[in-house]
Amino acid sequence: MKGKKTLTFLLMDAPFENARTTTALRLIDIAARRGYDINVFAYEGAVYLPFAAQKQHANAVHGHDVVQEDHPLPREWVEAVVLEAAKNGGRVDWVNCGLCVDERGAVDAVAGVRRGSPADFWKMATASDNTLVIATK
Amino acid sequence: MADYLMIESRDPFDSSDVANFLALAEGLSKAGNKVTLFLVQNGVLPARHGARSAPLAVLAANGVEVLADSFSLSERGISANRLIPGIKAAPLDLVVDRLAAGCRALWH
Repeated sequence: MKGKKTLTFLLMDAPFENARTTTALRLIDIAARRGYDINVFAYEGAVYLPFAAQKQHANAVHGHDVVQEDHPLPREWVEAVVLEAAKNGGRVDWVNCGLCVDERGAVDAVAGVRRGSPADFWKMATASDNTLVIATK
Repeated sequence: MADYLMIESRDPFDSSDVANFLALAEGLSKAGNKVTLFLVQNGVLPARHGARSAPLAVLAANGVEVLADSFSLSERGISANRLIPGIKAAPLDLVVDRLAAGCRALWH
């Protein structure tokens, strides 16, 4: 693809906690729709973003069952951007920090996620057109 | 001279260090760099009239391009006509545009 770009994102926030996660996935989704090659290095709590065991739940306070509540799951967002990038001729290389995974027991991740180390982030950044670090507060 | 993309996700009511980030934007601009300040999430709150918006107005008047994420504005019920002069609504796509163009990007 002419003009194809490679962008790297470093994420640190755990899911369900901060709007930074939503904004990060919005940015990645935009890049995926353009068919860019996208690298994501998930550090610390962010390794739970693609955690395969995330489940929807009901909301008794609002009187919603599981279907009515339709609680969004970040693992589905991760799967969606991986598919979207592939559909448009790009790819998402999502690397979970291995030590962060072990500390948290976040071993089971959705398809398209691999294990790595901060050295992978350095390699990704070096090989990219640009890198955005979205650090936690 | 370089192009900088500075992304402010915090608001001055919650985070006192927003002032430091804006000071950095001012300093980079005064040093001759092209600086874009992109407000996102609660970072759009001071883009309104009377909401501690003075520092943003000063930046905009002194050559910093100040933009506010249109989605973040909509989420918070802020219409574009409530923004102070010098600040424009823009889609998040602009951030990806600037990243792809090689801007030096900082997130706060």
